[in-house]
Amino acid sequence: MIPSTFSYVQAHSVEEAIRLLRESDGEGKLLAGGHSLVPLLKFRLTTPGTLIDIGEIPELRGVRKEGNRIVIGAMTTYRQVLSDPLVAQHLPLLAQAIGQIGDIQIRNRGTIGGNIAHADPAADLPGVALALDAMLEIQGEDGAELVEADGFFLGPLVTALPETSLLTSVSFLIPPEGARSTYLKYAHPASGYAVVGVCAIAALDPDGVVSTIRVAVNGAGDVAYRARSVEDKLLGHAPTAERIRQAASLAADDGEMGSDQFASEEYRRHLCCVYAQRALEAILL
Amino acid sequence: MAHQAEVSMKVNGAESKSVIEPRMLLVHYLREELNLTGTHIGCDTSQCGACTVLLDGDPVKSCTVLAVQANGKSITTVEGLASKEGLHPIQMSFWEKHGLQCGFCTPGVMIAAIGLLNENPDPSEEEIRLALEGVICRCTGYQFIVDAVKHAAQTLREAGETKVAMADSMKA
Ligand SMILES: Cc1cc2nc3c(=O)[nH]c(=O)nc-3n(C[C@H](O)[C@H](O)[C@H](O)COP(=O)(O)OP(=O)(O)OC[C@H]3O[C@@H](n4cnc5c(N)ncnc54)[C@H](O)[C@@H]3O)c2cc1C
Ligand code: FES
Ligand code: FES
Repeated sequence: MIPSTFSYVQAHSVEEAIRLLRESDGEGKLLAGGHSLVPLLKFRLTTPGTLIDIGEIPELRGVRKEGNRIVIGAMTTYRQVLSDPLVAQHLPLLAQAIGQIGDIQIRNRGTIGGNIAHADPAADLPGVALALDAMLEIQGEDGAELVEADGFFLGPLVTALPETSLLTSVSFLIPPEGARSTYLKYAHPASGYAVVGVCAIAALDPDGVVSTIRVAVNGAGDVAYRARSVEDKLLGHAPTAERIRQAASLAADDGEMGSDQFASEEYRRHLCCVYAQRALEAILL
Repeated sequence: MAHQAEVSMKVNGAESKSVIEPRMLLVHYLREELNLTGTHIGCDTSQCGACTVLLDGDPVKSCTVLAVQANGKSITTVEGLASKEGLHPIQMSFWEKHGLQCGFCTPGVMIAAIGLLNENPDPSEEEIRLALEGVICRCTGYQFIVDAVKHAAQTLREAGETKVAMADSMKA
């Protein structure tokens, strides 16, 4: 469990980190909380030439409200997010999902930005990012740009993040007043990662008709996806038990299921539907 | 950029300074550079928690932190718990309530428990079990561990301790 040799350098600002990335000629890797990267280093599944530590860049930490969004610095740890009053008040879904990541020691180190940038297919935050319409602020050599989370996750551990750039913050849309939400996860019994995790957000108008609905799934396949077929089935309708059941049965339709020795494609499809139904019943009935 | 890095940190209240390879894990730094072998290594998948130490007061898995990431920070290991006056209340409680069998997991479990008691001096059984989700014990079945943590909490409350450990303040 000993990583292969690398050099180590600490960046003190975002600009410095970008410069160090450029100078490393593709051999550099950013180190945030290290709770995906260090395990990979220990198994020598990755052998970067240089680790660029972004752990001590103050501007990358913190939570603030901007209009109808909550903006969270990439290096903000899960623990910091969980103890933040703005998150508790406006983004209970995010808090609920983060509370199910790993264990306390993991949550003391792991970061929001690391989770999103790493794009582990079994991670818990890609789905939350889709459900909460996340915008990712990415800073590169040519300045900063905002990118939608929808479209950012391209494959297992593959994202649209350009090579010499940093994810600096993630902003989540505050759901409308009165909306309810939940994250239900079927955790792998050994690793604790998501075999399937379903996020659901819903609000009803005064007539009891579904006026807002967002459903996203992570864990089931290589990339998280919005379950739009489920949403379409519910939007504009009264959420009866029968309609929820019909909608939930479409929860696997918009994504590609993975398959491994623990969970077959068919089983994951089944889990998506079961967890979607439970999530929707919890917030709509 | 170098294949060597200088690190200094406060471990159990004492300053340490070394030149190490950046790839050295914090757990190896503690065990092999500082000879603090109370912190154990029980897995290679970051799951067992035997290596748990306090990093600036928070429980972390020292097998999943590079020593360079702890540069300038303060670490408490199981060796930092007892003082000249005797065992720390958490250690006494594990003894009295039979909170261990083989003892391999115990250093990490006690440190994780201290992380909890520092934040919550009067935890419920459920809160104790949740706080220990990141440590695995293959012997006890956890019941006596939970009893020990409960007992430690009570002892500390009765003694009027508000902060359970940073080892340095304990020893002061
Ligand atoms: C035992 C264990 C259990 C876990 N269980 C879960 C779980 O149940 N659910 C879950 O979602 N996760 C789980 N994780 C993973 C954990 O959440 C990681 O913390 C997270 O995936 C990565 O965040 P990090 O800050 O640790 O990033 P690091 O490990 O430091 O980095 C991960 C990758 O992202 C890149 N990166 C990091 N930050 C940035 C940035 N700001 N900009 C650009 N690139 C960046 C790095 O270069 C690296 O390639 C678990 C981890 C462990 C060790
Ligand atoms: S040695 Fe098992 S978690 Fe660190
Ligand atoms: S006492 Fe043996 S592993 Fe816990």
